[in-house]
Amino acid sequence: MLRLVISRFVSLAVTLLAVSLAIFLILEVLPGDPAAIMLGTAAREDTLAALRQELGLDQPALVRYLHWIGGILRGDLGTSITYKMPVSTLVGERMVVTLPLSLLAILISTMLALPLGVAAAARRDGPVDRAVLVFSQLGVAVPNFWIGLLFILFFATRLGWFPAGGFPGWNAGIGPALQALLLPAVALALPQAAVLTRVTRSATLEVIGADFVRTARAKGVNKGATLRRHVVPNALIPVTTILGLQLSFFFGGAILVENVFNLPGLGRLAYQALNQRDLVVIKDIVLIFSGLVIVVNFVVDIGYAILDPRLRSRP
Amino acid sequence: MSKRFLAAALLFSVSLAPAYAAKTSLVVGMPIEPPGLDPTIAAPVAIREVTWANLYEGLVRIDRNGKVQPMLAKSWEVAPDGLTYTFRLQTGVKFHDGSAFDSADVKFAFDRARAPNSTNAQKQILAPIEAIETPDPATVVIKLKETSGNFLTYLGWGDAVIVAPETAENNKANPVGTGPFKFKSWTRGDRVELTRNPDYWQKEKTKLETVTFRFISDPQAQVAALRAGDLDAFPNLSAPELFSEFQKDARFKAVAGNTEGEIVAGMNSAKKPFDDPRVRRALMHAVDRKSLVEGAYSGFGQPIGSFFSPNHPAFVDMTAVIPYDPAKAKALLAEAGHGGGLSITIKTPQMAYASRSAELLSAMLAEAGVELKIIPTEFPAKWIEEVFRGKDYDMTIVAHAEPLDMDIFARDNYYFNYKNDKFKALIADAAKTTDEKARFAKYAEAQKILAEDVPALFLFQLPKLGVWNAKLNGLWENSPVPSNDVTEVTWSE
Repeated sequence: MLRLVISRFVSLAVTLLAVSLAIFLILEVLPGDPAAIMLGTAAREDTLAALRQELGLDQPALVRYLHWIGGILRGDLGTSITYKMPVSTLVGERMVVTLPLSLLAILISTMLALPLGVAAAARRDGPVDRAVLVFSQLGVAVPNFWIGLLFILFFATRLGWFPAGGFPGWNAGIGPALQALLLPAVALALPQAAVLTRVTRSATLEVIGADFVRTARAKGVNKGATLRRHVVPNALIPVTTILGLQLSFFFGGAILVENVFNLPGLGRLAYQALNQRDLVVIKDIVLIFSGLVIVVNFVVDIGYAILDPRLRSRP
Repeated sequence: MSKRFLAAALLFSVSLAPAYAAKTSLVVGMPIEPPGLDPTIAAPVAIREVTWANLYEGLVRIDRNGKVQPMLAKSWEVAPDGLTYTFRLQTGVKFHDGSAFDSADVKFAFDRARAPNSTNAQKQILAPIEAIETPDPATVVIKLKETSGNFLTYLGWGDAVIVAPETAENNKANPVGTGPFKFKSWTRGDRVELTRNPDYWQKEKTKLETVTFRFISDPQAQVAALRAGDLDAFPNLSAPELFSEFQKDARFKAVAGNTEGEIVAGMNSAKKPFDDPRVRRALMHAVDRKSLVEGAYSGFGQPIGSFFSPNHPAFVDMTAVIPYDPAKAKALLAEAGHGGGLSITIKTPQMAYASRSAELLSAMLAEAGVELKIIPTEFPAKWIEEVFRGKDYDMTIVAHAEPLDMDIFARDNYYFNYKNDKFKALIADAAKTTDEKARFAKYAEAQKILAEDVPALFLFQLPKLGVWNAKLNGLWENSPVPSNDVTEVTWSE
């Protein structure tokens, strides 16, 4: 187990370093001068030069890369070019929206998908199964931002139950904050829930057909107990794989959903930073997103080992 | 059915009723979040739309009609030679941090803005200053190297607001000015909150207690937030196609005014065939501005024939100089040797007005035998690099949002590559002319030159599509300067 953790950890660090270099190089060739964007079209050449110097843009590329990585290793993400604030503060402020939004969506998605998938598989071709198939077909076909727009039209504009967008901040209390996050979280969750439902259903069906399940039933274990004790734990392995892959979709999808619901999350910050060529912020956010995906995969790898004892002995 | 509807309507009206009683809060929507709150160190319009006249004040201000009015300077005298301005300052004015405002602050603010390491986006407006003297705390004397006809107007812009030496450095995140509202908080990505300044020097003017600016970029989300009552006003809506619905809705007032932004399709005059004025005129003749406004901006937006804001008192309508006339367009093209047709490209940024206009232009020019190919580009980053700095383009299309920016056609090395010595001399002359009447006459002449010479296809003035609650009074219909001045906004009972 320890060897597995260490080897996975080393590959995690190497991947992160490679990703950081790739991000830096891509942004180097991206056209756009942040100083010219900040100062607009009326700015004089000497004013632009003054700002470039202030931002450290006149330094050579290698120096800037080492400066960036060195800062991150010391826990300093640098200063935003447009906001002129520490990126750590900006990201922190946005994280408290994006992280709860994604976690809430993951929770909703799993809570929907697991029971639905298992229920559908338990009575194959029954009415529940058919309904679940229709739901998952629809969920896969409809993009999350469109679901978001429909939700706004119906629940916010028509019924007035929810705000039409925006985020009051956690200071306003848990209630209003969750109220602002609920619609976007559901919009974000539904398409992923649809995918997860299908995977859960087929994984469960596969296990139901396995020899050991027949053996269990033959030994007189009733259907419900078989499902709970033998089928579901085994079906969870492919489900965990998909869930791990989906996590990156949750963070990526958050960008679209945050725009539709006007939530001040990391996705919006990334979009805005890209528009303004706030290179410091873009680099950090892309690295954070990549880091999240890499770390989640690391956790999923370890998760396999916990779910499947056979994996512990062979790293 | 009708009974249920009645019940719902009753419930609706009851739930809204308490909101009407002596409301003193205002929530304003804006499409773009400012990247900071100091208008003296960066160009974005959004900075001014939150801070100008609300948080910061200048020596003078621009009023809703585009006229210069006294502000922190209660009066001034200009010496007959136009080189010395003596300002008498308001007394008893305090900054939001409690410190007193006096002539030293004025000197500090202007010296900071024109310093060599300053990043003021409109540094050139203060360039004529030779020296600033402060004979006493209530008097400022500004000596100029050369006369500057628009000097007072410039002092009314966001770039020239008065900031205090103790707080200027932190203004980008924690703004301190002398305005009617104080900064309360900024939830980045979402909103800026202001509260009433209890020590404001003209506090009788202000009725609002709190003002919140919320940033909503998606046009659909803007409309939804207005309809849901989350916003009281959206002074510059991004969805022209949905604006007329608000005009029909009695709960809202919807007013289409003008911004300072002229939408023009600039042409690269250094490049063939645009070096030939006949070609440029032919292309202008091929454009039906009215249909273009209809298609690109749902009919809102005043067609323009030159490069000057209709908000400005010196504006002259020049659309008749080169009217829509496809036959004339063809004849001129033939005369210039392009009778067999012409193929050109237009670098088009992603803004809806730009891409829609480019498509319509392409169809209109096709009628005159000109093939206009659309090449997408990204504003601001890629556009500034390729078109503005690189000048690697045939034709492009953007709105020029700065007030009084006609001189861009007189600048060397500007992206139009336009060279007209007569125009340049006229603009330089107008800039120095202190007599208003004489200056305005020169602006009229300059507008005529551009209208005839067409260094860019002059299309239409970007409208300010304001939507606000019908009970709200005092918001500006036009924006002669980029701003959302809410000083005198009130709610009707």
